[in-house]
Amino acid sequence: MGKKVLMKGNEAVAEAAILAGCRHYFAYPITPQSELIEYMAKKMPLVDGTFLQAESEVAAINMVLGAAACGVRVMTSSSSPGISLKQEGISYIAASRLPAVIVNVTRGGPGLGNIAPMQCDYFQATRGGGHGDYYTPVLSPSTVQEFADMAPMAFEIAEKYLTPVMILGDGMLGQMMEPVEFPDAYPPQKDPSEWALGARRTPDDRHIINSLYIDPYVLQEKTETLFKVYEEIKKNETRFETYNMDSGAKYLIVAHGTAARVAKSAVDALKEEGVELALIRPITLWPYPYDAVAEAAKGKEKVITIELSMGQMVEDVKLAVCGECPVEFIGKAGGVVFTPEEIVSLIREKIS
Amino acid sequence: MTVFKGRTKGLTDAKLSYCPGCLHGVAHRLIGESMEELGIIEKTIGIAPVGCSVFAYNFFACDVIQVPHGRAPAVATGMHRARPDRIVFTYQGDGDLAAIGTAETIHAANRSENITIFFVNNATYGMTGGQMAPTTLPGMKATTAPYGRDVSDTGFPMRLCEILSQLEMPNYIERVSLLSPKEILKAKKAVKKALQYNTDGKGLSFVEMISTCPTNWGMDPLKAREWARENMLPIFPLGVFKDRAAEEAKEKEAE
Repeated sequence: MGKKVLMKGNEAVAEAAILAGCRHYFAYPITPQSELIEYMAKKMPLVDGTFLQAESEVAAINMVLGAAACGVRVMTSSSSPGISLKQEGISYIAASRLPAVIVNVTRGGPGLGNIAPMQCDYFQATRGGGHGDYYTPVLSPSTVQEFADMAPMAFEIAEKYLTPVMILGDGMLGQMMEPVEFPDAYPPQKDPSEWALGARRTPDDRHIINSLYIDPYVLQEKTETLFKVYEEIKKNETRFETYNMDSGAKYLIVAHGTAARVAKSAVDALKEEGVELALIRPITLWPYPYDAVAEAAKGKEKVITIELSMGQMVEDVKLAVCGECPVEFIGKAGGVVFTPEEIVSLIREKIS
Repeated sequence: MTVFKGRTKGLTDAKLSYCPGCLHGVAHRLIGESMEELGIIEKTIGIAPVGCSVFAYNFFACDVIQVPHGRAPAVATGMHRARPDRIVFTYQGDGDLAAIGTAETIHAANRSENITIFFVNNATYGMTGGQMAPTTLPGMKATTAPYGRDVSDTGFPMRLCEILSQLEMPNYIERVSLLSPKEILKAKKAVKKALQYNTDGKGLSFVEMISTCPTNWGMDPLKAREWARENMLPIFPLGVFKDRAAEEAKEKEAE
């Protein structure tokens, strides 16, 4: 590992992407991801990479589609309203089986909302987001270090399964500074010459990338193949973290990303009062760690989901727990973040 | 039977899916022949739009990708940036390029990406069944303009060559027609020149081809060509709107 540096999440994920060999980046400015696009604008030319500020998020994601089709490591970033605009392209990238990384530094919504951190794009991120029968692997960091670590991880998953991968940060993680270390070595890019455009191995090796299948039976077969890949992703890539699990806690907290940081502090604070809480933090939001949440909820009196939204992941928690015990929700809209004291008192209310 | 000229290697053996009398086949052939003559089939990437030519990936012998409606110039940008050693062209109709993809078209042209945009203008949305396009003529009927295009309500036909030629950076902009053998030969020169410019890294080439849609216009192919000559050419005049590379070469010669 290299030396520790103090960086904003937006910069750390950008630096990690470059270190991981990403040399193509296309994006459109939007707060609170500005540091990311600006970092790329500064650094890409220094490594002979491509930085291009697109005319819109729609154009940016289609530039990503083009570069991905040529088999290079390519990334874009945006924030909630911009990600909405990218959904058409993400659907095409998923359908065309192309690897690409999308960083979403989410903000308050709906509409123009605000620029404060929110987790209200969980549904959009984990349910495909665009049109059609597809999913996108979604990684949810809860520290700046993890935000950075997820860049190479996202490229690896994208290339292994030929899929777009989203890193779902938020305005808090993007803007806050924390010490971060970058590894010395990164996973090499998987050889794309089997499918990439402009990469003929023999004169007749013509490559076509397409998402149009007029014959319903062919589209059915293609979609089923895609879902077989999703089964592999579920099997191999589901990630989560548990905390204070062996404490004999009667209550389980489920939270991801920034909300999980606040939840962790609440677990520690209540422990001092003699109240034990177990915590599970999904790291992949799709595939969702349903089995792990179900396992963690076993024998608990109550499961409490904490989110910076009006309640989106809580639906997955309910699917996981499947009526085994009550699932409660603590959430906040508008980009208002819980204070540690506040979350402690809200949890206390739920368990008293 | 004597075959004077066989099928170009620039096209595959697949049977074209276009309506009888459609000029897409001609436009395809011009591009295929040009790729073959320039020896660039294997290093060219074509981009198929949404519209009748969505199936172009079946026909061009180069690598091809099919992309979202109107986004071809953005996809081409990403491709050319990823593989500057490849020739990238888009093949787009008027709805794709001049309505939903106007922003992508204008900005790719403004950056003068080293790509070629082939723009086939037949004043209608062919695939979806003859709706009004940005290039539909004043008074011309369409399924979404059943009483004829009222320009006071829906605007005047957009002239893309003229709009793009106001930009400083594009290299080459020309409007040609596919309405007669003589014009087709001229169109071929423009198509080949555009691809040659890209091979030489000269920046953006834009070739608009005036075409027809006998099916949706409700005319036989010959009548459609006549109609296009009488009605389209006055609004979409043919000619070279920009040729920076040629101008620069001339200037150099003068020096």
